Amino acid sequence: MSGSLRIQVGQLARRSVLRTLRQPAQIVPALVFPLFLLAVNTGGLKDATNLPGFPTDSYLTFALAVPFMQGALFSVMNSGTDLARDIETGFLNRLALTPLRGAALLSGLLAGSVLLGLIQAAVYLAVGLIAGAELAAGPAGVLVIVALSVTITVAFGSVGLFAALRFGSGEAVQGLFPVFFVFLFLSSMALPLDLLTTDWFHDVAAANPVSYLLAAFRSLLIEGWEPGPLALGFGIALAIFAIGMTAASAALKTRLVRT
Amino acid sequence: MNGPAPTPAGFRAVALAVAGRNLYNFLTNPSFIGPALAFPFFFFVSFAGGLSAVSGVPGFDFPSGYTAFQFVFVLLQSAAFGGVFTGFAIARDFETGFARRYLLAASNRGGIVAGYALAAFVRGLIIWVFLTAVALVAGMRIDGSGVDLFGLYTLAALVNFAATMWAAGVAMRVRSIQGGPLMQFPTFLVLFLAPVYVPLDLLSGWIHAVASVNPVTALLEAGRGFISGDPVLVATSFAIALALAALFTLWARGGLRSAESAG
Repeated sequence: MSGSLRIQVGQLARRSVLRTLRQPAQIVPALVFPLFLLAVNTGGLKDATNLPGFPTDSYLTFALAVPFMQGALFSVMNSGTDLARDIETGFLNRLALTPLRGAALLSGLLAGSVLLGLIQAAVYLAVGLIAGAELAAGPAGVLVIVALSVTITVAFGSVGLFAALRFGSGEAVQGLFPVFFVFLFLSSMALPLDLLTTDWFHDVAAANPVSYLLAAFRSLLIEGWEPGPLALGFGIALAIFAIGMTAASAALKTRLVRT
Repeated sequence: MNGPAPTPAGFRAVALAVAGRNLYNFLTNPSFIGPALAFPFFFFVSFAGGLSAVSGVPGFDFPSGYTAFQFVFVLLQSAAFGGVFTGFAIARDFETGFARRYLLAASNRGGIVAGYALAAFVRGLIIWVFLTAVALVAGMRIDGSGVDLFGLYTLAALVNFAATMWAAGVAMRVRSIQGGPLMQFPTFLVLFLAPVYVPLDLLSGWIHAVASVNPVTALLEAGRGFISGDPVLVATSFAIALALAALFTLWARGGLRSAESAG
């Protein structure tokens, strides 16, 4: 990375991080909402561990993977809404007058997602472990869970950037939230794939990448070190990131031409 | 200067005008009607489809099957959120200044709140017809009689009215869409702290303790009793629903006073 690009990314990353930290309304719901659902689902579905073939006797351990995904969904909203606001207020137009490179803009804007991913991972994991969840992969597994959480959060954040650049409106970005929630709902969120007895739901969940992102977290929490699910989880997250960034770069070019 | 004396005809005219405009906005704007239909649909699909194995949990004993068990929750949830979304519309009307024009023009301001409630009910009906059709296509078994089903949908209508009054009270006090989480989160909380996935008897620990005192539990159990043709807690559930409706009507009335004072 050249010196000038580094400075550009650094400045925008600093702005993105400060902006995230200064908006508790972005951080608090992303922490509270998933933990509330974790508590409710764990209480309500505790007996599901009695189903033959359920992989653990602790539903909390099984369900702890879900907040990481819900947190990543909030990253779509947060990164997208921030950029949409920049577009709506004309800040992007002013940036377009500077020699700022597109890559620097997109990378810098994702710094807030990295921070959010770190905070989310630390809080979800700490609360889960304090509440009695198991971590079969041991202390080293903490690092991998944090790395996976940040990777997924940034990947979804890049999709938020694309949406903001494509639609140029915070309302449109907010409208994507239900769409992403559908991916979570139609996955192995509540039960393992093998225990999804409704055929069509099983087929949809098996084709849904979110099921494999959840499986990567669960492999560390329940099984220990399983290279297959981990590689698949990181691979899917990186693929989403690549697609998101490519789409965002294309949308940025169009957006800057328009301005 | 005093306006014209409120009359029942004035009340009705105001209510119908407000409801008509609200429903027109709802039905002609995909960003309103889309999520209103999509959310209950995906909750139903996710719970009834993704959790059907839960009916195999030892002690789970609901004769009409898991699809019907979850249908009742999603029906009552959609009823409550229909009211909350109407609260969003009220808040939006205040933000755009339209609600102030209502306040100036209406001969009977109670009719404004009644109009929003009427719109919420019609929105609810549309969603319930859609949801019921989806559930029947998904193979939901209904063991209750016509009278039982009438009881179930009446209960949903009361929940819808109570939630509308709750959200209206918040919207007219805050008068901004920023009050959205305040309308939404308590509703979400009280719904999910009930026996959503399994009957109350199968819950244990803190969630059992909370669900046991949560009024929504009685509504859910009564609703599930209606659909399975084995009505339970009928008087209790209707008493709770009516009490909530009365309480939140007072809350909405206070909100209207607050909006009137703010000018």
